[in-house]
Amino acid sequence: MSPILETQKLCKSFGALAVAQNIDFRLHAGDRRALIGPNGAGKTSFVNMLMGALAPSSGRIFLGGEDVTRVRQAQRVKRGLGRTFQINALFNRLPVLDNVALGIAERRDAARRMWRPASSHKEVIQEAAELLSTLGLAEDALVPVKDLPYGKQRLVEIGIALGLQPKVLLLDEPAAGVPSYESEKILSSLERLPPDIAILIIEHDMDLVFRFARRITVLVQGEVLVEGTPEEVRRDRRVHEVYLGEAHHA
Amino acid sequence: MILYVIAVGLSVTMGLMGFINLAHGVFAMAGGFILSYAMARYGAPFPLALALAFALVALASVVLERLLYSRLYAAGELAQVLFTIGLIFASIALARLVYGTNTAPVFLPGYLTGQVHVLGRDFPTYRVFLILFSSLMIAVLWFSVERTRWGAMVRAAVDHRGMAQSVGINTRRLFTLTFALGSGLAGLGGALGADILPVHWGYPLEHLVYFLIVVAVGGLGSLRGPFVAALLIGIADTACKYWIPEFGAFLVYAATIALLLWRPQGLFGLRA
Amino acid sequence: MSGYTVDPRIRWTEYLPWVLALAAFFLLPEYLALGARILIFVLFALSLDLILGYGGIITLGHSAFFGLGAYTAGILSAKLGVNDNFVQLAAAAGAAALLGALTGAVILRTKALTLLMLTLAITAILLEVANKMSSITGGADGLSGVVVNPILGSFRFDLFGKTAFLYCLAVLALSWFLVRRIIYSPYGAMLTGIRDNTARMHAIGAPVYLRLVLIYTLSAMLAGIAGALLTQVNQFVGLNVLGFEVSGELLVMLILGGVGRLYGAFVGPVVYLVAQDYLAKQFPEYWYFGIGVILILVVMFAPSGILGLIDRIKTKRRPA
Repeated sequence: MSPILETQKLCKSFGALAVAQNIDFRLHAGDRRALIGPNGAGKTSFVNMLMGALAPSSGRIFLGGEDVTRVRQAQRVKRGLGRTFQINALFNRLPVLDNVALGIAERRDAARRMWRPASSHKEVIQEAAELLSTLGLAEDALVPVKDLPYGKQRLVEIGIALGLQPKVLLLDEPAAGVPSYESEKILSSLERLPPDIAILIIEHDMDLVFRFARRITVLVQGEVLVEGTPEEVRRDRRVHEVYLGEAHHA
Repeated sequence: MILYVIAVGLSVTMGLMGFINLAHGVFAMAGGFILSYAMARYGAPFPLALALAFALVALASVVLERLLYSRLYAAGELAQVLFTIGLIFASIALARLVYGTNTAPVFLPGYLTGQVHVLGRDFPTYRVFLILFSSLMIAVLWFSVERTRWGAMVRAAVDHRGMAQSVGINTRRLFTLTFALGSGLAGLGGALGADILPVHWGYPLEHLVYFLIVVAVGGLGSLRGPFVAALLIGIADTACKYWIPEFGAFLVYAATIALLLWRPQGLFGLRA
Repeated sequence: MSGYTVDPRIRWTEYLPWVLALAAFFLLPEYLALGARILIFVLFALSLDLILGYGGIITLGHSAFFGLGAYTAGILSAKLGVNDNFVQLAAAAGAAALLGALTGAVILRTKALTLLMLTLAITAILLEVANKMSSITGGADGLSGVVVNPILGSFRFDLFGKTAFLYCLAVLALSWFLVRRIIYSPYGAMLTGIRDNTARMHAIGAPVYLRLVLIYTLSAMLAGIAGALLTQVNQFVGLNVLGFEVSGELLVMLILGGVGRLYGAFVGPVVYLVAQDYLAKQFPEYWYFGIGVILILVVMFAPSGILGLIDRIKTKRRPA
């Protein structure tokens, strides 16, 4: 089976600082992959390059077998690539339903319609409402996002990405900053994601990583150190060395 | 070159502090009026009048900054634009009330008038003086911003105010000082240029586009940028007016648009 | 007022502006000239609100479209003898839309300060052109001799400004209807998304640039129509339609009323122009000073304008 997302010798430097060095990466449909590594390893830069928000210095990126290295972010999204942000990037003043509906409308090509009122586009609203239900946000549909507790905002963040029905979903620290009593909801939402989409999750929370991921890629200083099953990674000496002295919190 | 002196102050406030201050021309105008008034009314010598222009405008700007500007640092671009437009309207009305429609008369000292012989050609002494002065200023400014702690602190405070505060930088005082410097420079520029760009009540609006062009083309936050931009604009403007008088101003505008399309962050800009 | 959760039906309060306008027509016949001017500026403010309040584009160059529309109508009549009002309107709309599309395509690649500066530069260019090509535009003296045939063949522009007022009201009503539809549509919701978080809009696959160019073009078109109306009503067009003062004053009017709220564009010009009509005659030197001070005060203490203040009072009154 050919990979749905692939990078070949991906490199990125900011002047003298190399944040990505010859990264070869392959993700298949249905994968549950975690990307871990110490701070500054280049994980978010990698995701930014995958999305098209950051241009690589060299190397190529393939989505669904097509070379998308030069393709703009919005186009990659149309071809099935979705992401969530490490720091919430929500439409803060808009209600929860609209946050999710905007993406759905884009996907359904309803967003550019100027004549009929938005509220009459029942298909969009229906789909948005269903999505909110699966995330447990149904009662908050009319609440402006800025008035929600952080954990729920994180869920909206995931919801926006899901509304795009991506084939590949990149989750940048979905549980970051969420108090432990709320992260369970996020975790169960992640577990209920459609099985055929490929998911790459960046996380520091090792419990979440080991519970969720079927394969783990370890990134250190812009290079892939190790890639394998959770067991293999857990036992790998190099990983221990890298994390030695680093208090990785549960 | 006048454009540079005035615009560099704008590049300082906008680039270093991230505040869109369209009313910058008001400070320049004030500097010009101060120079004229000091020399005409009190017979002050030229250098003293220049220093007064710088100092008094800087002082006034501190008052304005403390009372008004500082409340808007986090308010977003629209608020800043609107506020400074309001300031422009109020100032030009005030200038008109106080000075009427006359331009402020400027009497250059004898040693700066006439011509000077350089490299086999005659140049107006005053222009040569301006070029030398601007170059000196850029050197001093570049040194202060790049090499001193002050420059580093301002840049840190702009990048992340909370962080800068928590490492003990007094951001309030820093911003006030920087703003005072930028505005003082504007006043100095207005005074220096009063002979070439006449100072009158409509001054801030008349030259607004040019100040902004110099800053945008030069690149926000840069000190060399506005220098190069002002130089280029000055040359282009003179050349165009000489060869194609009907279209003098156009080519500057057209060139600006073309350049910004090619490099939206300006020649030496920091961010795209 | 945009979004998927709002009710798009016309509320009873939305009939008020039209009721008031018609009341003014019957009850204040001496003020119809001012009334027409207000209506024109409401249309102009509506056009600005589309891109400023909904698109989040800060521009000081909207008078470029207004002026282009004004001069197009004027030149058509005074120089080319085309006196049909609908043709003049259409031509102005077309010219302004074309300029809007061209300049929008260019400037919307930039942001904030650069964009602002470019809008100023474009208006400055137009002003220079109008000034220099005085054989066509009348230069600094302006263009007089603008003739408008009776509208629909029967309604002449009378001395009392009655036809002018109703004519402007009709054009405004049509435009308002159009703008309201856009705001409540998915496109309008998308614009608020751009205004709220542009980066996220990119990340959900929205072609932000193209959408903004489109709304900029529409906005320019409406501004051009407003300019044409001014020329038709005054039967004259001068250089001031392209000046910074017009752009600046329009911004003040819109902020005064409230940005991004559809009806801010109604409230603002009414308040501003009525005040100007009364106060500027009494104290002309102090008018700009007062405007500057008020603008500063509004920005610092009432950034959502008059309508925003009303909202705040309403929420305070409502029981918690």
